[in-house]
Amino acid sequence: MVQYRSTPLDASFAALSDTTRRGVLEQLGRENASITALAERFHMTLTGMKKHVGVLEQAGLVTTQKVGRVRTCRLGPRRLEDETAWIERYRRLWDARFDELEKVVDQLKRKENGNGEQDRK
Amino acid sequence: MENRTGSEPTAMKNRTTSERKSARELVITRTINGPARIVFEAWTRPELFKQWWVPKSAGLTLLSCDMDVRPGGTYKLVFKHGASEPMAFYGRYTDVTPHSRLVWTNEEGGEAGPVTTVTFKEDGGRTLVVLQELYPSKEALDAAIASGSTSGDMNETFDQLDALVVTLK
Repeated sequence: MVQYRSTPLDASFAALSDTTRRGVLEQLGRENASITALAERFHMTLTGMKKHVGVLEQAGLVTTQKVGRVRTCRLGPRRLEDETAWIERYRRLWDARFDELEKVVDQLKRKENGNGEQDRK
Repeated sequence: MENRTGSEPTAMKNRTTSERKSARELVITRTINGPARIVFEAWTRPELFKQWWVPKSAGLTLLSCDMDVRPGGTYKLVFKHGASEPMAFYGRYTDVTPHSRLVWTNEEGGEAGPVTTVTFKEDGGRTLVVLQELYPSKEALDAAIASGSTSGDMNETFDQLDALVVTLK
């Protein structure tokens, strides 16, 4: 069996690498839900859903609370991020990516100029 | 937040902007120093694409990159981070207009995946790249932000994970 307790990063990655678990996060982004409701929504057994929620919980992406016989799941505190901060982080990723693109474009330009010696406008 | 006053070298580092343009839409812009023809090439030839899509800072390995860049053609990118299991991103190109426009779907996340449209506009030997990610609903984009990732891309997920790791140290 896969172990999910190596490092927090591995745990988060493992948690997010599964389509159902990403679906659960999306669902919980809309509203809190019980494990039973999640199991129904994703057409799974209660046991199967408990495992998924367990993985998400270990990664700190979800927290659960049992009241009476119902265990309610919600996004972990670390997921509730300010939208502005998220968009800024997204910008930084693209900025780094475009910097790399610029290097590739630069190489291609030089290659063209070097090869044909033609002046292209 | 960003501090632009005089901190950046005067060199012509082009600025990247990102904005939630509407309830369902994220838009990224950047000017690249080069003609649209070359920028488009770097975006559509796998051997070139591979060289820039995964910035080194993301700490990811691109295991494979299959791109059949034509309308209806599919793509599949497989990434790996450290010892974790590989993760695949895939979809289909729906518009490929040489040197000016690329549109693709992001299907790994199921039906809530966004559609990505990139346009290239050349002006004086430089190219303005505008990338739009259009989600099927406001809820889908909210959810992508809430869960720290967009279906169309995993790097920001890792970006966030890395940030999480820092906060956990």
